[in-house]
Amino acid sequence: MSDKGIRIEGLKKRYGEGDTAVEALKHVDMQVAPGEVVGLIGPSGSGKSTLLKGLGAVIDPTAGRMVLGDDVIYDNGWKVHDLRALRRDKIGFVFQAPYLIPFLDVTDNIALLPMLAGVPNAKARAMALELLIALDVQHRAGAMPSQLSGGEQQRVAIARGLVNRPPVILADEPTAPLDSERAMAVIRILNEMADRFETAIIVVTHDEKIIPTFKRIYHIRDGVTHEEKGEGRAFA
Amino acid sequence: MISLAGRDILQSWGKFVFTGFGLGLLIGVTLTMAGVYRGMVDDARVLLDNSAADLWVVQKDTLGPYAESSSVYDDLWRSIVAMPGVARAANVTYLTMQVRQGNRDVRAMVTGIVGGTANSPGWPPQLVAGRQITRGHYEAVADVAAGFELGDHIQIRRNHFTVVGLTRRMVSSSGDPMIFIPLKDAQEAQFLKDNDAILAQRRRSSENPAFNRPGVPGLLDAVLDSQTSNNYVNAILVQLKPGYLAQEVATPIERWKRLEVYDRVAMEEILVGKLIATSSRQIGMFLVILAVVSAAIVAFIIYTLTMDKIREIAVLKLIGTRNRTIAGMILQQALALGLIGFVVGKIAATFAAPVFPKYVLLIPFDSIAGFFAVMLICVLASIVAIRMALKVDPAEAIGG
Repeated sequence: MSDKGIRIEGLKKRYGEGDTAVEALKHVDMQVAPGEVVGLIGPSGSGKSTLLKGLGAVIDPTAGRMVLGDDVIYDNGWKVHDLRALRRDKIGFVFQAPYLIPFLDVTDNIALLPMLAGVPNAKARAMALELLIALDVQHRAGAMPSQLSGGEQQRVAIARGLVNRPPVILADEPTAPLDSERAMAVIRILNEMADRFETAIIVVTHDEKIIPTFKRIYHIRDGVTHEEKGEGRAFA
Repeated sequence: MISLAGRDILQSWGKFVFTGFGLGLLIGVTLTMAGVYRGMVDDARVLLDNSAADLWVVQKDTLGPYAESSSVYDDLWRSIVAMPGVARAANVTYLTMQVRQGNRDVRAMVTGIVGGTANSPGWPPQLVAGRQITRGHYEAVADVAAGFELGDHIQIRRNHFTVVGLTRRMVSSSGDPMIFIPLKDAQEAQFLKDNDAILAQRRRSSENPAFNRPGVPGLLDAVLDSQTSNNYVNAILVQLKPGYLAQEVATPIERWKRLEVYDRVAMEEILVGKLIATSSRQIGMFLVILAVVSAAIVAFIIYTLTMDKIREIAVLKLIGTRNRTIAGMILQQALALGLIGFVVGKIAATFAAPVFPKYVLLIPFDSIAGFFAVMLICVLASIVAIRMALKVDPAEAIGG
């Protein structure tokens, strides 16, 4: 397995101090290679969301090490200085609900990220359009989010997650609001994008329909991850 | 970089315009209040300008004739006009009262003027219709704000007058329209009692033993005569000869005639600094209250608009948007709201001003100052929303 992508070793997260302390993550080891899509599953309260927030650089782990591509993000209390820029440039997010910015059209929802990174507007919009074509929603480029179907919104959200070519994408229940057909379409798209852009994708899900599609799955239970081989079924 | 604030406003322009319209009406009231104060000051200045006087000679130790009651003998003007530096001097009386016309009455400042020419002290400088007073009695020139027309018959005390001329912007410092009548009639209106009162006074005087002394047979008649005569005016308006300073003419009058003399600067200070000072403080308080209410409304609206976007703000922060970009978006929206409100308010005040019964003067300085005050209020009002937005945890965008 490649050294790039994302690698997590012994990640821990504790909330609070003393008797009231809660150990949300006790020991997390993960590695996802570029181009790979893995599933992260576990029951409610198992630590999925905490892990996702740690991977998304919005909470600081108590201990452990996280390496993104060639960059060390956390190392036992040490962390990268500018987490905001890290999130913008190195991590893509796809949420359960698309959470598109309602007052920006489809193109600008995607182009906003490169614009925030200082890319000129025209070039950022060209990058967005390229992804819209790849995701087959280019005909909705000028539409507002409220004018899109649920599946279209989710594809736009995926495009937004990919636009800065991050080494890793965190997808939080991306198929939850979709029917089976659209859910499978989203997973197919994520796999295609991972393959095309050499992106490591971690999909947090409860969705029984899509779990068999992963080749590797991380189970998390009581704050500890266990890796297992997935079925890797072809998409319906 | 695209303007997030601009896009949000375009997306929900109806909400912004409607809210801005409501805010604008409040700003319009604020601008109008400022205009009311400016109008009061302007009324005071116009009163002084239109009196065509360089000096006001009034009763000693009074601030007359506008701010306090003042009575001086009506023959004093002869000695004053003979003093060095005096070009013209004229008696004048002022009495604010209800002037009747048929079944209606109008509050007006009745001004008694002596015969002369259009540029005589105290005369209305120009007419918009009709002619100046040419007869010694029972003619009137009225400001159009009184609502009278040429040929109207009006009643002042027990006498009737015919309106022979109309003038404009001749108002008292309180904004009441002025009505000019011959001095003798004005003296009678101001100082003479009605017939019943005169009879009662004569009876009381004739029964007073002090006026019926056997050794002074003509005393009672002299006293009665003095009681029914009206040889007082409120002030003498003085115009200076070219080359004379107000103070060098005023000082001898004060010294030798034992009177109070005010020049234009002093009289303006009395009118603006004393007569309408309380009103201006009152309006100032209203302006402060309106500013605070406006700030509270803008703060509440911006806070609500920001609360509606909490999830979007969390997403923006999660994907790496700088805090200053988010703060700038909220600030720009507050300023846009203020701008819409100011434009609506300015238009509303401009259209509403002529409808007010008293003069409302909207000056560009107040509009410019008002604009910057609104912008400042919007900046301050957005602080609460900005603080809240900056506290939003990007983790809120991630489920769980």
